[in-house]
Amino acid sequence: MLRRAIASGLALCLLSMAQGASAQGFGMGGYSEQTGEALYQGVCQGCHMPDAKGAVGAGAYPALAGDKRLAAKAYPELVVLRGQKAMPAFGPSFSDAQVAAVVNYVRTHFTNNYSDSVTTDDVKALRATLSAK
Amino acid sequence: MKPVADDIRQTMSRRDLFSLIGTLAGSAVMYEAMSSLAYAGEAGYFGPPKLSGDVKGASVLILGSGMAGMTSAYELRKAGYKVQILEYQDRPGGRNWSLYGGDTYTELGGATQHVEFDKGLYLNPGPWRIPYHHYGMLHYCKLLNVALEPFVQVNYNAYVHSTKAFGGKPQRYRHVQADFQGYVAELLAKSTRQSALDQAVTKEDQEILLEALRQWGALDKNYEYTLGEASSGRRGYDSDPGGGLTSVPTPSQPIGFKDLLQSHLWRSIAAGSGYETQQSLFQPVGGMGMIGKAFGAELKEVIQYNAKVIDIHQDAKGVTVTYQDTQKGGPPMQARADWCICTIPVSVLSQIPINVGAPMQAAIDNLSYASSVKVGLQFKRRFWEEDENIYGGITYTDQPNSTIGYPNSGYFSSGKGVILGAYAFGPAAFEYTSMSPPERIAKSLEYGAKVHPQYMEEFDTGASVAWHRVPWTLGCAGSWTEELRAEHYDAMCALDGRIMLAGEHASRIPAWQEGAVLSALDAIRRLHQRVLAA
Repeated sequence: MLRRAIASGLALCLLSMAQGASAQGFGMGGYSEQTGEALYQGVCQGCHMPDAKGAVGAGAYPALAGDKRLAAKAYPELVVLRGQKAMPAFGPSFSDAQVAAVVNYVRTHFTNNYSDSVTTDDVKALRATLSAK
Repeated sequence: MKPVADDIRQTMSRRDLFSLIGTLAGSAVMYEAMSSLAYAGEAGYFGPPKLSGDVKGASVLILGSGMAGMTSAYELRKAGYKVQILEYQDRPGGRNWSLYGGDTYTELGGATQHVEFDKGLYLNPGPWRIPYHHYGMLHYCKLLNVALEPFVQVNYNAYVHSTKAFGGKPQRYRHVQADFQGYVAELLAKSTRQSALDQAVTKEDQEILLEALRQWGALDKNYEYTLGEASSGRRGYDSDPGGGLTSVPTPSQPIGFKDLLQSHLWRSIAAGSGYETQQSLFQPVGGMGMIGKAFGAELKEVIQYNAKVIDIHQDAKGVTVTYQDTQKGGPPMQARADWCICTIPVSVLSQIPINVGAPMQAAIDNLSYASSVKVGLQFKRRFWEEDENIYGGITYTDQPNSTIGYPNSGYFSSGKGVILGAYAFGPAAFEYTSMSPPERIAKSLEYGAKVHPQYMEEFDTGASVAWHRVPWTLGCAGSWTEELRAEHYDAMCALDGRIMLAGEHASRIPAWQEGAVLSALDAIRRLHQRVLAA
């Protein structure tokens, strides 16, 4: 029993403990990028690709370019905060301002052109709703 | 009150109990008993499974030829099942994988790398070490005749490095380790002698504690950690003891305690203290991927490669899996069996239609995968050995590359060598993933050069794998949290009709190959009991 408790406490991703990383630490910690463009290019394009057209392998990353679901601004806010299936949650590591910035960037680039922008307060409110659940 | 299972364990092993129940009451009762005693909740490795009994020609379709899939196939075939594996890639092993010179790797987004490492040199993009207590992995290595050699986790002569401490100059691990331990021992000794610990430690035990602290911390006769024989016996000398007339050693000066604390380099000295990172650890000779290759050769008759699963459908009698041949193309094909063990990472499986119950579907849909990136750098000579006397092991840095891993083989050879130049996690890994492969190498060189000034002069070629761009995993490993486990773990591991999931994501040793093996062994034991009970 003790052994299992220790094992889960140490749960590591093939990793050393040197940097204090644990399974709970994945995707956590902060990002220095602040603008929507910097966040997209520093983080999002890892999966959604520099042209936001996504990619297909055994599974797929959805294109954000021309994604009609972005019309409702709460949708990308929610997905960034909470994650969705293979997409990790960035709520723990992005500030409200960073979520707003990257959502606004994606909704106004890659042929997307939605003029109603997301505010930091919008994100704050949505985050509060999520954590209340 | 102790759980029932603990009481039973005191008198007889659980397996003894099950075999007794099985003998007396038949297999259906045995299955019930196993379930009620939460067999799946017991941790650890029980040895190779003994799947005895008549399986009556039952068939199992296994999805994925990683460690979980191949462990399942090997053991089930041995027990008399008809087994077939569908594999997306054109090779066995999954995340058990090494990249060699001549290999080509195309990541999502289309960037293709032609690996140009010298013969015998490699990068392990995924797992790179096997702890001595990962009994399942070690069992299959032995069984498959995969030769193992030591993996060096802790190298006292490697570095710990912070860009913000000591002017960015890397410090030898042994200096930081010995000095930190020495100062802590000194403080504790001082407190003891000033009677500050009288409440906690009896006078008699204080004498023992003082002696222990002197030994543990390399303190001098005054219980102080100072420049001298005792401390240099740990941290090394400025000039080593020698022979003949040049024999007088020069002790080395410990780092000041305040500087040491503020450097935060103490963060890196517990790296080899974790249960999973304590010596001894092993690596396969020639690369981690040797295990997958050997397993694949053993199972070559049953693995079908280049099969992309697009639908998984179970009915009352069996499971039908629809897949496409990614090489030959053509219309989708189907494979069918009585049972299915699906080891497809849930990051991918969440996108494949599968008719399992709501709890298992929720488990599949709610586990995202952690980010991790590895970069291998080939240098023209093994300068870390030749110039710095570093033979294997790991240097830690506070830069995004996080880890510099030196090759644990080929010591003193005069040719080239491949260093693990980056092993990034968390935000740094997401940022590394967002770069192109050449940018990842350029960044790794920039960071590494702050530790090893030889980097730029000696660099030859490199390769990188960003796990979120790996087409068949979409991430490195299941990113469980305590909350997610409480909500979804049992459903992830349940037998849902005729489908069972296996892999590191269905284990409590996430991201370790042992998790995949133990998950598979647990799954096939339960499946076998279900088949016998039917």
